[in-house]
Amino acid sequence: MGGGLRHRGALHLLVERDSPVHRARPEAKVVALVLFAVALAATPERALAAFALHGAVLALVAGAARLPAGTVRRRALVALPFLGVAALLPFAADGPRVALGPLAVSEDGLWAGGALAARAVLGATAAVVLTATTSVADLLAGLAHLRLPRVVVGIVASMLRYLDLVADQLHRTRLAMAARGHDPRWLWQARPLAAGAGTLFVRTYERGERVHQAMLARGFTRRLPDLRPPPAGAPAIGWAAALAPALVSLLVAVGAILR
Amino acid sequence: MSASLRVRGLTHRYPTSSGNVLDGLDLDVAAGERVALLGPNGSGKTTLALHLNGLIPAQSGTVEVGGRPVAGEHLPEVRRRVGLVFQDPDDQLFMPRVREDVAFGPANLGVPAKERPAVVDRALAAVDAAHLAERHPHHLSGGEKRRVALATVLAMEPDVLVLDEPTSGLDPVGRRELAELLVALDTTLLVVTHDLPFALQTCPRSVVIDGGRVVIDAPTAELLADPDRLARHRLELPFGFVLGPG
Repeated sequence: MGGGLRHRGALHLLVERDSPVHRARPEAKVVALVLFAVALAATPERALAAFALHGAVLALVAGAARLPAGTVRRRALVALPFLGVAALLPFAADGPRVALGPLAVSEDGLWAGGALAARAVLGATAAVVLTATTSVADLLAGLAHLRLPRVVVGIVASMLRYLDLVADQLHRTRLAMAARGHDPRWLWQARPLAAGAGTLFVRTYERGERVHQAMLARGFTRRLPDLRPPPAGAPAIGWAAALAPALVSLLVAVGAILR
Repeated sequence: MSASLRVRGLTHRYPTSSGNVLDGLDLDVAAGERVALLGPNGSGKTTLALHLNGLIPAQSGTVEVGGRPVAGEHLPEVRRRVGLVFQDPDDQLFMPRVREDVAFGPANLGVPAKERPAVVDRALAAVDAAHLAERHPHHLSGGEKRRVALATVLAMEPDVLVLDEPTSGLDPVGRRELAELLVALDTTLLVVTHDLPFALQTCPRSVVIDGGRVVIDAPTAELLADPDRLARHRLELPFGFVLGPG
């Protein structure tokens, strides 16, 4: 509520800057991300130069977006679990062994692990660049422009809208507990928090009913209207420019396959 | 535009409650009138408000808006004519951007996409919130949220505006600004509130509901000047407020 409690959540990934990447059409950026992911997946495991070029393309886009490197690195940590799996592959895989320091590891596994790590890091970073340069509302509008079913976009939109509200409530519940001396350190002290979460569930359910009523009051007929704002003139950065980096990556991947 | 309201013998009972929340309630509001709906907690004010828009169908009794019954095939028309502003703006604002939320009502009414931006801009300008159009509702202050919630309803150009506790959570300046805004509208206005000074500021007439019926129907200034009469229905002016007769 109000101005009291603010925290950062799913809706606050946008890093506000004025850059060509920020100004690109959201739907073009979504398509570019998908193409880039395809290029990563298609690149052969041992095409080191191709992965390096993908990395260079991505670095150029992130640079053009004027995103702080620290923020991008921190958010790209979501790829960490994949890196864990990638680190196991050289030990788990079969085939001829090579020496890695004092260890003998599978050569195939080493390449597979390396490729998985590269794909995970580059893919996650590309997603980070998309979400840091596109507001959630624009992203949803972009998905709607890409003909994602309106009801799906609507569900995602209202989920994101209320996620923050629920997180705020949970945060307030925890503050209210702390204010009365509750300071859980061990798992068995979590009972009040669990009870709080239960209460929150009921409250959220009730809110859902009220939101629905408020929608009905404004003439909602169980068919979500198309609220996409009409395309506003020619966008500064069009499809071709927005897709160019991803297309370069695709060419690199194709080149690596054909070599 | 404004329209009249006519409620006759309205009775409602929630499945889990022991008695009737509304118990044969009668109420007439003339077109263009501004009426405060007062009463203690649990007296049925919000339940009545939900009936006016057809969100709760009448179990017995009738509700008419501008001469049309609030039921059946008239519901879409009634929901256009009666704008309901909910107590918690977070219940009302569900879209990721203010502009889209304000466009939601007009879109449901079939306003073509090309004309919607103008309708949205007009509604936001009416509540002095034109600059908030591209913002996310979560990032608005309490007062801003409330003004935007009002805009989402004004965008439907209602003939009757029903507000449920519009001043809760507002700071004094926000409260005064809301009062000035409401008084300037030419719709029929029904304000459900515990805020008696706000009722005095906005509504020449007050109706007190208690036990599911209208128990007092009087000019607001006259009612607020009679503390004994207020006290019988758990109402009182805030500390330090005294209203002289006349």
